[in-house]
Amino acid sequence: MVELTLPKNSRLQAGKVWPKPKHSSKLREFRVYRWNPDDDENPRVDTYYIDTQDCGPMILDGLIKIKSEIDPTLTFRRSCREGICGSCAMNINGGNTLACTKGMSEVKGPVRVYPLPHLAVIKDLVADLTHFYSQHASVMPWLETKSNTPQSEWLQSADDRRHLDGLYECVMCACCSASCPSYWWNSDRYLGPAALLHAYRWLIDSRDENTGERLDDLEDPFKLYRCHTILNCADTCPKGLNPAKAIAEIKKKILERNV
Amino acid sequence: MKHQTPYNRVAGLGSAREGSRHWWLQRLSSVALIPLSFPFVWIVGSNLGHSREQVIAAFANPVVAISTILFLIVGFHHLQQGLQVVIEDYVHTRRLAMTLFILNIIICWTFGVTGIFAVAQMSFGLAN
Repeated sequence: MVELTLPKNSRLQAGKVWPKPKHSSKLREFRVYRWNPDDDENPRVDTYYIDTQDCGPMILDGLIKIKSEIDPTLTFRRSCREGICGSCAMNINGGNTLACTKGMSEVKGPVRVYPLPHLAVIKDLVADLTHFYSQHASVMPWLETKSNTPQSEWLQSADDRRHLDGLYECVMCACCSASCPSYWWNSDRYLGPAALLHAYRWLIDSRDENTGERLDDLEDPFKLYRCHTILNCADTCPKGLNPAKAIAEIKKKILERNV
Repeated sequence: MKHQTPYNRVAGLGSAREGSRHWWLQRLSSVALIPLSFPFVWIVGSNLGHSREQVIAAFANPVVAISTILFLIVGFHHLQQGLQVVIEDYVHTRRLAMTLFILNIIICWTFGVTGIFAVAQMSFGLAN
């Protein structure tokens, strides 16, 4: 059944308040979710203060500053710091987004940073994406062909290529899937917005010759039809994509061969 | 705990190759319910406070009877399909879910058929 309360060992407790830096005029408060698998403690929320005059403008800059100057045990994923790798996806002031593209000025009051919701936490802000990546792999996110391989390349017109705009930009950060209530309740069977967006990206690729089989594999009450167009995915996507629309297009394609 | 690879866990039993019919019928029935709701509300509203004989007489009109029956068929079908989705979404205990699926079918069919039977009885003048 749906669980409306957190299990006992997941309930938040008060965390440590780290000292404010001396001689700084512009402080910003960060409240960060902490959980360490190596002790038996419940998760807690630690409070940090950073000097914004000596820090970059983004929330990721603040987290890096905390890690390098205040608390080196704080754990999070990050890499490109410009919204192209998708590593630093986390829940910031209630919304899933990339810490590197979200400015501190976009958030009012303390910056509240939690891991992506409804995923198992590995440590602090690092969520377990194993299942998410397997779901992506299950939609065969590659070109499937049956004709003989051409001598040079598989050709695609500029018009056909344009169909992939708004789909190929996905960086697999998992913000959308982790924001979707249907995915929260049924992620064991529902593929989720990210995997389905990728499925659609290959369904409408003019070079792909496996459309029928792809649709066969997707037509399932749980894999696909758990999407109830809640639209949290489109609302939260840090790349401005619309997975809900891609899912609706898949449903239309399946209908097209029946009706 | 079962030892499975993450991919195997996602693949599960494979695709049901079904679900589009449910989805399509749910959308069709929701659209159909828009025009069907107006006569139903009007029929029920205009008969409020009337005597038993007057209500029976109103349902003697075939337009009233047929539009009510259509509303009942489409409405209860839509209700059954909608509740099934709610159960699929929120109930994850296999045994409880199966029990609720079956109860849902029994209850929706019973109410729907009872309604249709009542309208037919009035319409054919058998309600006295």
